[in-house]
Amino acid sequence: MRGSLAGAAGAVLERDLLLALRNRSDAASLLIFFAIAVSLFPLGVGPDPALLRSMGPGVVWVAALLASMLALSRLFAADYADGTLEQLALAPHPLGILVGAKIAAHWLVSGLPLVLIAPVLGLQLDLGGEALLMLAASLALGTPALSLLGAVGAALTLGLRASAMLVPLIVLPLCVPVLIFGAGAVEATASGIGAKAHLALLAALLLPSLVLAPWAAAFAIRIALE
Amino acid sequence: MKWASLAEFLAMGGYGLYVWGSYAVTAAAIALEIVLVLARHRAARRAITSRPDR
Amino acid sequence: MNTGINWFRYSSPQAFYPLAGAMAPWFFWAAAVFALIGLYIGFFVAPTDFQQGEAYRIIFIHVPAAWMSMFIYVVMAFWAGVGLAVNTRLSAMMASALAPTGTLMTFIALWSGALWGKPTWGTWWVWDARLTSELILLFLYFGFMALQAAIDDPRRADRAGAVLALVGVVNVPIIYFSVQWWHTLHQGASVSLTKSPSMAASMFAGMLVMALALWLYSIAASLVRVRAIMLERERNADWVKEPGSAPR
Repeated sequence: MRGSLAGAAGAVLERDLLLALRNRSDAASLLIFFAIAVSLFPLGVGPDPALLRSMGPGVVWVAALLASMLALSRLFAADYADGTLEQLALAPHPLGILVGAKIAAHWLVSGLPLVLIAPVLGLQLDLGGEALLMLAASLALGTPALSLLGAVGAALTLGLRASAMLVPLIVLPLCVPVLIFGAGAVEATASGIGAKAHLALLAALLLPSLVLAPWAAAFAIRIALE
Repeated sequence: MKWASLAEFLAMGGYGLYVWGSYAVTAAAIALEIVLVLARHRAARRAITSRPDR
Repeated sequence: MNTGINWFRYSSPQAFYPLAGAMAPWFFWAAAVFALIGLYIGFFVAPTDFQQGEAYRIIFIHVPAAWMSMFIYVVMAFWAGVGLAVNTRLSAMMASALAPTGTLMTFIALWSGALWGKPTWGTWWVWDARLTSELILLFLYFGFMALQAAIDDPRRADRAGAVLALVGVVNVPIIYFSVQWWHTLHQGASVSLTKSPSMAASMFAGMLVMALALWLYSIAASLVRVRAIMLERERNADWVKEPGSAPR
């Protein structure tokens, strides 16, 4: 293991990406879930294009939110089970940084694909060109925040029986602001108002999370490891 | 606030169902909490005294 | 400052147990008295509202319960934080003891809000900013209790719950702000349960007294609950086991 902090963080990031690459089906399943979730809404409320267009931003955003919750179960579970997490905690580097590297890898595998696929799904709901771009942009700002908040929840529930159900329960309420501003940004674009304020607020949510969430998650991991 | 009669008080200007529904459920919920918390305490005490001493 | 009482003595469960037991009834009866006063003000002093008629009298339970639901969450997070910082068991137990009562207050706020919304706005649920925020607060309480219930080791449960409560309490203003934003964007600030343009002094007084009553009640309920928690967790401690001093 390389000696410097950057080296260690890089090693963690690289390892997680490599593991995700070897289990490509996991990431693919997540995208398929995302697509299915979006498709369920028209099936549930009817195919009226005007209705779908008005619901579109919210629907895609909620589906992305739920997909993020699903993906969280893979963030720490495997490393916790095989003792890697314990080794990371014992390493001479700040656990917060190493956790940050894991979250970054997690977002690259589970969040970024959502951002890229979302406009296609938005097309299904008859969203216009500008709105589709804003959909991707808002998700690009929002999904990292979701991963960061989710990481805290995942860290708190390490090794618990019902963690797959528990993580959404404790994390989703905290994600409400991201949902409101993210979906709101797309709606504002679709209705011509402009989403500058929304994007600014999304950034305002993301930046403190970038700093605080890895540290909180690291703290929670240590609680679980004791 | 002067109510002309008990009937008028209970009717609450036609909104009796909503007003008394709120207060009744509140009272019931609080009563339930009291019962449950006292029962929990009682059970905890019983668990201590009934346990065989080592 | 020498008050003659060593307050730190009461940070141990053993010392706090009898103190809580002595205090609880006083808080309960004080709550009952204030509730009677508050209800009297609400039903016999406060006048009929010009717009909403008698339906508005739900405000005397809805708003105080909402205030308490928020207040208890903050207090819960405070005690959880203290427990995390200075590693005192009793602080953590207090946080766990407050959660169910806070949940109850949230439920009362939601229920009374629904019953207020129906005659006023025609639907059993109104997505106004306050009710929506209360709903999210309910989920936050559930999350805290579910997390603690899922962890067997009490110390881990204390500390994990504390992290969640602290993360939650920091997020509550953010959530509230975002819900306000969402609400005004979508409804143009027209649908709001508590828009009483002119609140008579007696109405406000009634709400304050009821809030005080609910606060005193919450303290009483939490004190009894923390006693139960102390017995459940300190089962093997000497002060609990002593044959002559069976806890009352």
